[in-house]
Amino acid sequence: MPNNANELTELGIAAIREGVAKGEFTATEVAAAFNAAVAAAQPALNAFIVTTPEKALDAAAKVDADRAAGKALGKMAGVPIGMKDLFATKGVQTTAASRILEGFTPEYESTVSSKLWDAGAGMLGKLNLDQFAMGSSNETSAFGNVISPWRRPGDTAPLAPGGSSGGSSAAVAARLAPAATGTDTGGSIRQPAAFTGISGIKPTYGRCSRWGIVAFASSLDQAGPMARDVRDCAIMLEAMAGFDPKDATSLDLPVPAWEAGLSGDLRGKKVGIPREYRMDGMDPDVAKSWDDGIAWLKDAGAEIVDISLPHTKYALPTYYIIAPAEASSNLARYDGVRYGLRELPDGANLQDMYAATRAAGFGAEVKRRILIGTYVLSAGFYDAYYTQAQKVRTLISHDFKNAFTEVDVILAPTAPTAAFALGEKSDDPLAMYLNDVFSVPASLAGLPAMSVPAGVDRNGLPLGLQVIGKAFDEQGVLNAGLAIEQRAGFSAKPAKWW
Amino acid sequence: MNSYRIQGATGDWEVVIGLEVHAQVTSNAKLFSGSATAFGAEPNSQVSLVDAAMPGMLPVPNRECIRQAVRTGMAINAQINKWSRFDRKNYFYADLPQGYQISQLYHPLVGEGTIEIQLDDKDPESTKTIGIERIHVEQDAGKLMHDQHPTMSYVDLNRSGVALMEIVSRPDMRSPAEAGAYLTKLRTILRYVGSCDGNMDQGSMRADVNVSVRRPGEPFGTRTETKNVNSVRFVMQAIEHEANRQVDVLESGGKIVQETRLFDPDSGSTRSMRSKEDAHDYRYFPDPDLLPLELDDAFLEECRASLPELPDAKRHRYETVLGLSPYNAGVLTADVETARWFEKLLAESAGKQGKGEADVAKQAANWLTSELFGALNKLGRGLEDSPVSPEGAAELLALVGDGTISGSIAKQVLEKMLETGDGAAAIVEREGLKQTSDTGAIEAVVDKVLADNADKVEQYRGGKEALFGFFVGQTMKAMQGKANPQLVNELLKKKLG
Repeated sequence: MPNNANELTELGIAAIREGVAKGEFTATEVAAAFNAAVAAAQPALNAFIVTTPEKALDAAAKVDADRAAGKALGKMAGVPIGMKDLFATKGVQTTAASRILEGFTPEYESTVSSKLWDAGAGMLGKLNLDQFAMGSSNETSAFGNVISPWRRPGDTAPLAPGGSSGGSSAAVAARLAPAATGTDTGGSIRQPAAFTGISGIKPTYGRCSRWGIVAFASSLDQAGPMARDVRDCAIMLEAMAGFDPKDATSLDLPVPAWEAGLSGDLRGKKVGIPREYRMDGMDPDVAKSWDDGIAWLKDAGAEIVDISLPHTKYALPTYYIIAPAEASSNLARYDGVRYGLRELPDGANLQDMYAATRAAGFGAEVKRRILIGTYVLSAGFYDAYYTQAQKVRTLISHDFKNAFTEVDVILAPTAPTAAFALGEKSDDPLAMYLNDVFSVPASLAGLPAMSVPAGVDRNGLPLGLQVIGKAFDEQGVLNAGLAIEQRAGFSAKPAKWW
Repeated sequence: MNSYRIQGATGDWEVVIGLEVHAQVTSNAKLFSGSATAFGAEPNSQVSLVDAAMPGMLPVPNRECIRQAVRTGMAINAQINKWSRFDRKNYFYADLPQGYQISQLYHPLVGEGTIEIQLDDKDPESTKTIGIERIHVEQDAGKLMHDQHPTMSYVDLNRSGVALMEIVSRPDMRSPAEAGAYLTKLRTILRYVGSCDGNMDQGSMRADVNVSVRRPGEPFGTRTETKNVNSVRFVMQAIEHEANRQVDVLESGGKIVQETRLFDPDSGSTRSMRSKEDAHDYRYFPDPDLLPLELDDAFLEECRASLPELPDAKRHRYETVLGLSPYNAGVLTADVETARWFEKLLAESAGKQGKGEADVAKQAANWLTSELFGALNKLGRGLEDSPVSPEGAAELLALVGDGTISGSIAKQVLEKMLETGDGAAAIVEREGLKQTSDTGAIEAVVDKVLADNADKVEQYRGGKEALFGFFVGQTMKAMQGKANPQLVNELLKKKLG
């Protein structure tokens, strides 16, 4: 029975929920322990943009009171979590890690965060991220880089926690939170999870309401949990998902009991190995972890099938047309008129105000994507870029549909490498974009996909494996993830240096 | 029908006109949010988080707005597209919180339809069919207020997100009068359907006017678009001014520039707003926050079943079934409220007189179009605030129908009804206005009139037959109009030989 703060912060969602329910410790003790860990790590890791220890304690006190009163406890009762600062939180600054929203305090709560609070979770703070979720290393935040808790052996060079949910991954890996919300547009849950040795799932597009999440690319954005293991992901996803009439793209389907349905027994299941993902010059450690994964799933009873997803090589360019196109329009509302930053130089007219506000408010990567998006939607270029990209997107979806007539899930690496050092790719957008090469196809097809830790590379840094499932089959994805988790025996964790 | 032509210095010019009408959909809530839509509310009092485009807010289509647009499409015999889609029209302006307007460019809700106009009420040959290209639904923008602060403009977002139908005609009109008739007819249809209140002075309906000129028989010329014209009269003025301006430009060797223009109601003229070169690149693309709009047969059937009898059908029925003159049928069907009032009067009259509606229709129609309209006009009122109800009017007509009062007494009774608000029967009773059919009493008066006017009797008998009316008038006057006119006629004829 854990009784000191260090032991409490080692616990995940299921263990905390159980301990609180059984009275082994109180929710307030848990919240206090994580609050302390957050405060201690903040100067070194910069995982949070704002911390809200009082919110965590308030939620915990309510859970403790409910328990004392004999009331039924929610799925996440007593679990304090980190909230990616892309979710609108009532009364708490919500910035998308951009200067243009600095000081913006919504009068509303996102659907997903509301559901988590209703399930008994509490908020430790708002997590740092790439600005407007655009980035793969958390280097585009206006509030500073997030530093990964991981380091290469004998090297103090700061590593990237992945992006865009880099604050989330760093916080969960560093035991500052048992779990955190993420959002995934082209891999922003899976890649940071892989970089930091944690689990994360992007559900089927439409499972989690987008209402109250600052939009990046509407047709791709999905919220999902990032946690220590597969079971915790299942628990938290159940609390986050569900039909929301306020989001027209929300799936009007009941939320399955994913936790209860967990099973690592894959007998009778077929796992597809897409040959196009085995690229020339692939990192040998990544290739080896993929082979390990294949062996583990075979061991779990699955049949391994070689499959083809022929349009894979077009996924990245397609993504980098569609996502910026949508973003260029979604971000037009940040104009200095109604909220957020307003730059009004002397004698400025309306156009001058727009230009000055957006020049000062948006970071370089956001501007780059707005420019790309504006360009691909422009008269004369629209058909060549946007229309063509939509056609290719359809072909990519068909690739998956065809594959899923034969197999139940697909196994692939999450990212082409383990975590890289900060600054290593930040001057080369194309090299940075290549990080999404394995994660983007499932995003374009709207499919559920998760990353689970599979081992470490030659430098002792975590590697993730990705499981992609059929639409609505989060259960199949979680179960394959669990089978890997049970066999990978991943126990590495960052040595505490902060 | 005479063709409208502009006589230029170098010959005749034909005007080609197309209208894009923005009609605000009658609905309690906005197109993609639950906010109210009442006219004239305090600035920014009808604004939701969605309308203000707060971060993370999402549009959800309002079924009622879609239903109204579909019903409108059905009322103009248009193709209803069971699959349509919303697109974003991107541009920056302070009254556009999202930075884009949600509209329908590529796949509109309603496809091709037609509207029939009639230029002369009394000439059934003066009809013309105007093609409708499409109707799409879109969001309205907010409003800038420039008079609130010395250096800043304020924004009122009450209209932001309100549902509009954009009804796009073909370039089928050839004169200001045709455009006026089209706009009037469209407004009539919208009000019948109940999908738009048609209040142009409140901005519920406004037109973008596309005008070009050409030599008769030649291909279309370059057009200009005059934006946001908000009355039928102004639309006609704008066309007239713009067409003449274009003729002047062309005849002096110039070229028409494709551009957007503004109408100035004070001068009745148009002026340039921006040319094609400064036109926005709106970067239209499908709105990724919204799924395509797919309509099922049950929904379409419900829309169709809820349509009322439309103006053309009603007018035809009034002429053929009720036997009304084309003029009366036209006047009574021109506005849905007039038709409703008339049909109530018809039902009440038939009931009170124990006759079929067709048997009392002419009486009711004539009385309504000549007597009541005239009387209300003098009072400066319309039918909607008439002091006389259809029931009250039916009571009056029944008294005429059964001979209790004459037509001329009925006029007096109507005046009293409008003055006092009392019922027709009560007024007739109180004022003693019942018609006399007592032959003896009438005969006595006739005898006196003839005796008093012996000279005129002689002239009459000498061939001046027009004097008959004089004797009738004198008799009626002496009896304060209450004599049965038929009996007066008969007695006079007999006595005058």
